[in-house]
Amino acid sequence: MKRVLTWGLGGLLGVLALGATAIAWLDSADAPPSANPRPVATDAAAIDRGRYLAQAGNCAACHTRRGELPYAGGEALRTPFGTVYGGNLTPHLTTGLGAWSTDDFWRALHHGRSRDGRMLTPAFPYPHFTQVTREDSDALFAFLRSVPAVDRPGTPNALDFPYDTRLALKVWRALYFRPGTFVAQPAQSAEWNRGAYLVHGLGHCAACHGARNAMGATIAGREFDGAPIPGQGWYAPALTLAAEGSVAAWPVSDVVGLLRDGVAPGTGAVVTGPMAEVVTRSTQHLSLADAQAMAVFLRDLPVRPPAELPRVRPADARTLDRGARLYADHCATCHGERGEGQPGAFPALAGNRAVTMTDPTNLVRVILQGGYGPSTAGRPRPHGMPPFGHVLDDADIAALTTHVRSAWGNTGTPVNQVQVVQLREGRD
Amino acid sequence: MLAATLALLGAAVHAAALLDPQGMTARVAACTACHGKQGRATPDGYFPRIAGKPAGYLYHQLVNFRDGRRQYRPMTHLLDHLSDDYLREIAEHFASLEVPYPPPATPGLAAAVLAQGRALVLKGDAAREIPACVRCHGEAMTGVAPAIPGLLGLPRDYLNAQLGAWQAGQRHAAAPDCMAKITSKLTSTDITAVAAWLAAQPVPVPSKAVERSALAQPLPMDCGGGQ
Repeated sequence: MKRVLTWGLGGLLGVLALGATAIAWLDSADAPPSANPRPVATDAAAIDRGRYLAQAGNCAACHTRRGELPYAGGEALRTPFGTVYGGNLTPHLTTGLGAWSTDDFWRALHHGRSRDGRMLTPAFPYPHFTQVTREDSDALFAFLRSVPAVDRPGTPNALDFPYDTRLALKVWRALYFRPGTFVAQPAQSAEWNRGAYLVHGLGHCAACHGARNAMGATIAGREFDGAPIPGQGWYAPALTLAAEGSVAAWPVSDVVGLLRDGVAPGTGAVVTGPMAEVVTRSTQHLSLADAQAMAVFLRDLPVRPPAELPRVRPADARTLDRGARLYADHCATCHGERGEGQPGAFPALAGNRAVTMTDPTNLVRVILQGGYGPSTAGRPRPHGMPPFGHVLDDADIAALTTHVRSAWGNTGTPVNQVQVVQLREGRD
Repeated sequence: MLAATLALLGAAVHAAALLDPQGMTARVAACTACHGKQGRATPDGYFPRIAGKPAGYLYHQLVNFRDGRRQYRPMTHLLDHLSDDYLREIAEHFASLEVPYPPPATPGLAAAVLAQGRALVLKGDAAREIPACVRCHGEAMTGVAPAIPGLLGLPRDYLNAQLGAWQAGQRHAAAPDCMAKITSKLTSTDITAVAAWLAAQPVPVPSKAVERSALAQPLPMDCGGGQ
């Protein structure tokens, strides 16, 4: 018995030592910056290219605080592990990237390390940005060096223990991060590969649409399987499920419309919530060619067989009746008596995946908060949905959502009051 | 008269059922759910009237909510992704409306408090360097085009909250922020009194903002938001 214990202990120590060695090795595998970095480009073409890429990467979403100067940082990103604040990317010498070289910037983007070698938290999506080419990295940096310098010291991150420790970050990186390079698939078209590069790299679509493990890492092979968006109270639909966000059956023009205009002209789908923000700040600025490339790639994502629906007790007649009455009072004027909507203005609710998908988060969220779609070149004067969070109570919203999920041929599961309470509390 | 009103209401309800999706009424349906049909608000609620307020003022508020100078999460969320051009069009739409207002709520406050409110609104307090509200907002308190809002037809709670928010630094206007300067001189009793008296005044007909030239004297201070 004693021998078994000793062996066990020895084995454990051995595994730990091995692990530590592996971590140390992986840690040193990151290239340090060279002594002779390439100079920062200052020509208009490189800066314009960088601006375009910064929009494609939606850098401003985390690095620009509402009402403050662009790229000066300070915006909070809430994660299940604490709050992380976007850094100052302006060329300020001490509080921004003014002292950085093209190599330093590349190191951050590609290796997830700051100028001083400090490991960056993966809330900065370097597990995706690592695929960005050196050429694009340099263009991005050229643009960032061209914006007005802002003296704004960074806000320290507020991560919970133990996620705020270097060791935790080291282990996390050892387990889940390798610097990578985008490898084109020779069997696919140049357009498909361009789309894959944008979606996987700068677009970092999987940061929201990818399933994550308990340590917050995107699970390999499940990059587009859908996930709740931490801290925001929204759900990023699976792009691999016909009943959620798969666009395999859409024409390219619909995907392009959704990305660039915020509305798919054919299906009538409109963006809301965090995707409306993505369209506003990022994808509406994509060139037609890049939007089409992304569409080609996204349409080609594999479609998974539908998951078995959770067994939920069907709604009782009283709830359905209450929901139908609420619908007639509050919704029918715009969405139509039979959920048919009004093309170009108010989306149909009958046959609408955003209404019926298994996770009712977004439907409840839209009813609570309302919201306007983004003003874009193709849709400058969008229609909006009023907030009902202060008008309808939790039981009302449960009844209403249950009604719209099951009326007019819809086959969504009922929503109960507890779910609504939880979603109301999860509001950002 | 009653029958006519009911018929009118009926017509309004019927019209709502046939919203022209391309018209502005449909585009601002998200606004009128809280601010009342045509942006008229209600005397007992919190949401302010927006119909008939000067377009410049409404536009500034929409931009301020979107850009974080005014703090009210539901408004910020709603306007987050809208362009300046569209916000201006929405502002102009509500500014162009002239709708009748319901009679104001009866104030449940002591006569002395209301008298204090009335005095501050109409006369100000020279000793404390508080200008009368009417000096900028117009003798009729219906606002001054293009950007100084009217003060009537607004719920008491709303007025209280706005003056309080300015005082606490939670509401801002473009610099120089004269309302921040003025509210810094007000006591909480002043705010209660001014809000109560204003909320008790009927909205005159017409309720449109007057032109700057209609003011008897020049503005008493320089206001960034009033441009």
